[in-house]
Amino acid sequence: MQAFLDIFDIYLLEAVINGILLGGVLALLALGLNLIFGVIDVTWICYAELVMIGMYAMYFMVQYYGLSYFIAAPFTILLVALLGALLHYLVIAPLLTAPPINQLLATGGVLFVLQSFATVAFGIDFRNLGIRLPVLAFGDMNFSYARLLSFLAALVGMVAVYLFMTRTFTGTAIRAISQDRQIMALMGVDTKRMYIITSALGGGLAGLAACLLVLQYDVHPFVGLSFGPITFLICVLGGLGNFIGGFIAAFVFAEIISLGGLFSDLEWGYVLAFAFFIVMMFIRPAGLLARRR
Amino acid sequence: MLELRSVDAGYGSFQALFDVNLDVKAGEAVGVIGPNGAGKTTLMRVISGLIRPSRGSIRMEGVDVVATPAHRIVSLGIAHVPENRRLFPQLSVDDNLKMGAFMKEARGTYAKRLDFVFELFPRLKERRHQMAGTMSGGEQQMCAIGRALMSNPKLLLLDEPSAGLAPVVVQQVFELVKRIRASGLTVLIVEQNVQQVLHVVDRAYLIEAGTIRSSGTAAEMLASDTVKEAYLGV
Repeated sequence: MQAFLDIFDIYLLEAVINGILLGGVLALLALGLNLIFGVIDVTWICYAELVMIGMYAMYFMVQYYGLSYFIAAPFTILLVALLGALLHYLVIAPLLTAPPINQLLATGGVLFVLQSFATVAFGIDFRNLGIRLPVLAFGDMNFSYARLLSFLAALVGMVAVYLFMTRTFTGTAIRAISQDRQIMALMGVDTKRMYIITSALGGGLAGLAACLLVLQYDVHPFVGLSFGPITFLICVLGGLGNFIGGFIAAFVFAEIISLGGLFSDLEWGYVLAFAFFIVMMFIRPAGLLARRR
Repeated sequence: MLELRSVDAGYGSFQALFDVNLDVKAGEAVGVIGPNGAGKTTLMRVISGLIRPSRGSIRMEGVDVVATPAHRIVSLGIAHVPENRRLFPQLSVDDNLKMGAFMKEARGTYAKRLDFVFELFPRLKERRHQMAGTMSGGEQQMCAIGRALMSNPKLLLLDEPSAGLAPVVVQQVFELVKRIRASGLTVLIVEQNVQQVLHVVDRAYLIEAGTIRSSGTAAEMLASDTVKEAYLGV
């Protein structure tokens, strides 16, 4: 095993693997956003802020009420799923037939409401869960246990969504809606109900992401800004509404960030990723895998 | 089974149907013929709830269809095969058929209905994992009819099943309609292919400019001068 590892530049391999681990969580975030866009044809600008609320929920349940992490996590997922459904019911549903710009402005408004709410309610302190997970040594390489756990949980979450979408009647209907909205009633499908279910599912994914991100990052009212924009770039790069495209784009971005971080600073990794995005928008404006019609 | 009384319907300020009265009895096959833009498709859409009448009543086995939410109408036993088939092109044949059995009442008999549809259309079984959008027009029409049959309907609405198909395939589609009838289903079919449809149905209505102009048995319609001159080209 050691001989095998010696062939590679150990730091390069470490960076590649860390990129894959980061990609898992980014893919999870992108899946939630893509789901909402693909099915309801609406962009939740405030998606990362739902994650932020979920992170606060984890923080308070674990730090304040002393719940164990694994008990708090399902509650957080449920809470954010409920928030997603509420967001649809209160904000999106009345605007379904409105011009897209109005929908964007409305969810953008929710972004500021959530940020301001968090600032007023929780203050601008950086808070963390206080859980310190060990670092896993593998040969000369070090991997954070938190990242590994996040990656696996994100993978499990995505597989669960995949099975739901392909095996169940409801999941099949959700995939069908984006292909022909008008005739769904002929199938006996109540589109409004499907939108609520989809929104709750998108929220649930944001909740799961919150449970994972809270292991690695401190919570503060503006934490959404550190992964919200990149989630949007991933979705656009993959082709908005295209699940497979988003999945691939998440790993492409994660590797650029991780490898960029290896050759210079982590910040440069982000700069490279954004530069790559701009170039790609000229080459493939509809995304890596343009949404098939 | 189905009865329409003084139905007016349209899109916004455009009225497409005027005072339509129409009956379909259990076990019958009824045709609706007429030129393009006469309101044939609107008639189908108003029965299945895709649009709502501005006046009049629609009853299915005594149940008020107008008061039933659109997505519950299929549960009354009305399955609509829409114009241009309207399959989900990026879903497999299997998934398209699954959508036909979406409603709670049909899920229990899903496996049984699937066998029935595959028996009727062995071709669909061969192509069950193929994307519906990549199949030929005739196969897509089979899939659309199969999808409608998945809900175990009592009344099948067929909107221009022969549109856009090659003549040989059109022939097959009409054969199919005969077989579906033979299985005991009641059929209401809209067609431009007047000659052929009148050989499949028991009775027919002639609709022009949103109004029922005449009606009668298939033989009467074939013999009628208006139908002959305008649609049969004799």
